[in-house]
Amino acid sequence: MERSQMYRQLANMRKALFDQGFLDEQFVQLEELQDDANPNFVEEIVTLFYRDSTRLIHNIEQALEKNPLDFTKLDSYMHQFKGSTTSIGAKKVTNECTQFREYCKAGNGEGCKRTFEQLKKEYALLKKKLEAYFQLARQIGPVESACRPK
Amino acid sequence: MNFGVQGEKSMSMPSSSASWKCGDGVSDHFPVGLRVLVVDDDPTCLMILEKMLRNCLYEVTKCNRAEIALSLLRENKNGFDIVISDVHMPDMDGFKLLEHVGLEMDLPVIMMSADDSKSVVMKGVTHGACDYLIKPVRIEALRNIWQHVVRKRKHEWKDLEQSGSIEDGDREQKPSEDADFSSSANEGSWRNSKRRKDEEDQAEERDDSSTLKKPRVVWSVELHQQFVAAVNQLGIDKAVPKKILELMNVPGLTRENVASHLQKYRLYLRRLSGVSQHPGGLNNSFMGPPETPFGSISSLNGLDLQAFAAAGQLPAQSLATLEAAALGRSTTKSGISMPFMDQRNLFSFENPKLRFRDSQQPQLGNNNKQMNLLHGIPTNMEPKQLANLHQSAQSSFRGMNMQPNSNPHGSQSSSLLMQMSQPPSRPQMFNDINRNHLSRLPSSIAQPTLPSGMGSGVLARHGMVENARGAIYNSASQASTMVDFSINQNTDLPGNGFQLANNAGGQMPTVTSKGLLQEEVNSEMKGSRGFAHSYDIFSELQQHKSQDWGLPNVGLTFDASQHSNMRSGLDVPPSVLVQQGFSSNQSNVQNRSTPFGKAIFLAAEESGCGNGLNIGQQLDTLLAGNSLRVKAESLPEASCQNTLFHEQYSQEDLMSALLKQQEGVGPASNEFGFDGYALDNLPV
Repeated sequence: MERSQMYRQLANMRKALFDQGFLDEQFVQLEELQDDANPNFVEEIVTLFYRDSTRLIHNIEQALEKNPLDFTKLDSYMHQFKGSTTSIGAKKVTNECTQFREYCKAGNGEGCKRTFEQLKKEYALLKKKLEAYFQLARQIGPVESACRPK
Repeated sequence: MNFGVQGEKSMSMPSSSASWKCGDGVSDHFPVGLRVLVVDDDPTCLMILEKMLRNCLYEVTKCNRAEIALSLLRENKNGFDIVISDVHMPDMDGFKLLEHVGLEMDLPVIMMSADDSKSVVMKGVTHGACDYLIKPVRIEALRNIWQHVVRKRKHEWKDLEQSGSIEDGDREQKPSEDADFSSSANEGSWRNSKRRKDEEDQAEERDDSSTLKKPRVVWSVELHQQFVAAVNQLGIDKAVPKKILELMNVPGLTRENVASHLQKYRLYLRRLSGVSQHPGGLNNSFMGPPETPFGSISSLNGLDLQAFAAAGQLPAQSLATLEAAALGRSTTKSGISMPFMDQRNLFSFENPKLRFRDSQQPQLGNNNKQMNLLHGIPTNMEPKQLANLHQSAQSSFRGMNMQPNSNPHGSQSSSLLMQMSQPPSRPQMFNDINRNHLSRLPSSIAQPTLPSGMGSGVLARHGMVENARGAIYNSASQASTMVDFSINQNTDLPGNGFQLANNAGGQMPTVTSKGLLQEEVNSEMKGSRGFAHSYDIFSELQQHKSQDWGLPNVGLTFDASQHSNMRSGLDVPPSVLVQQGFSSNQSNVQNRSTPFGKAIFLAAEESGCGNGLNIGQQLDTLLAGNSLRVKAESLPEASCQNTLFHEQYSQEDLMSALLKQQEGVGPASNEFGFDGYALDNLPV
């Protein structure tokens, strides 16, 4: 694929991620932090996020299997998780976190579980999309990928 | 409250070298190289923050455990300039870390969280965070964190370097730092005042109930004399805190203490010198040979006075703030009961020096007695009167500049005083009162004559006390004297009045007011806060009274220096007091006093009833963070009139509250014969 095409494709992918609500402004902040010294900064962050959040997801899952549900604990886990998701700008995932916490506050176990399922889906979907995005970016090359197509 | 603002205003990018005295090597390129320690258990956030801070050209150390962070900080006390910490961490609560850092290292700490609920943010404020960031944190938010470092240093330096007059207004102590965090979510936390390093060594006479741990310097007689000697040596016009401090050579005394004390002293001198408020009028002994032996104002008076002073001084707006603060804070509620007591004390004007903190002056000693008397106030006085007195006392504090000039400045405070001093029949009341004849006062006290002139809150603090005292004193005996109060006060006090409040810095200038204030407060309180009300009564009083005020407004010398906060602090109280909308009409003495009293109460509320209105305390509170923190001076009787605050401040309420307090005080009250006093008119 030609470079310019790749650029275009990358730009389109990026745009789509924003337009479709997968990412928000915070992601742009991360992109802005990327520079020559850290050319893959954004990818590194996202990778770190997915690695670290696996643990939290697992904790939540376990907690959701308990009976009765400990909403306080669930809320606490989710609070932590949300902190991460907002930091990378994962919009849809963050929304699910918020919803989950609402259900926790309301003591709605079913709501929590339902939301959590939804959350996991969004989480996985975003991961896939970002992986593709970064892969393309790497293909284009560090310099180019550092330039955010506007 | 924009206490902090003041500080900031004067603070431009601190001359890098100057501001960067921490010696960390960043001097010319501040804030480049700012050493930040960031603590967050979330590795993603931590990494992002690190990168952002690096991009801001800061030197970043990251840490994912609070314990590790603490040990890092402890090992290298001067290794960091600022700490950023997450709130929710598994091994230690972020707030705990915040406290530790504040206590041990006194570094500015910024809290972060994805949680933006008000309660959490408020918690950050109350625990002393200098800022609170909501996640996701943007780099823009981090770019300006250097300001917190500068601000903190600036306050510290001020104490050391500043040689200007205290009234320069930019002695913002840490509280200001709290008060004005530029970041969102912070609302003037008042924690900073706790950490006044320079005061840590000082004995904490005052045991404030406020959460701020501000050691206060108690200006004992000896100390004050040393101070006066130094000032005289330098020349009142040339006496700057730094030099005074050097001359005094008292270990543990900070420039700031001296500065605030100097301010009070100046006010006192102004008052003594007459209506015209020129600074440095009398260079006589600050404590001046008090004509009326004011008992030790210390606990009682101080508190009340302070409260009053503060109350009086606070502008209407602040009043509202104060009120809010007062209401909100139930920390120390100064017993408004002071009013009565104060009145008595006020009259007794024994407190030559209003010492904010416990005036130890011998003269003040009398006040104490008086104070008690006041409490007992004057049974003669009708409850209402008392209330009024109380109120007026507050206001009179202001007006209490008791300058013997019988010029009816017309300042409200004067009027207040006047009112107080109405019963000419008690000319010598004050004098005697000092001796514990509070009864005398009552008459005068009853009148809220205290010129609301208290505006200068300081009165409350320093001068007010004196004035109040004088006023009260006079009022009791002579109407004329009262006038003096107000006159002077208005001018001077405004700024100073608030000094009391400023104690947020930790020292409530005890408005020292304790002693004096109380006295004054009494008188002032009665009078409706000196808010710009022109009290006719006061003028009347003026005529009658010969100025006895000579009071040595010494007492007034609130240790202004002690708190730069005072200024701000007082502001609050007055507003509180003002709320009531003092109307200057005489007939409404009560009204006046009521508001005043109420305000005082409000102030007192904060400070805890124990000691009369510790307006000073309140002020601190206010300062601290818009919360009235009235340090309850050790007014024995002052029972918190907290209830008063919240009530409609009906006269009855006040009166009953005051009366209640009085009960504790002692019997003297009945001795007051307010007959013939305008108090009768007071609608209670």
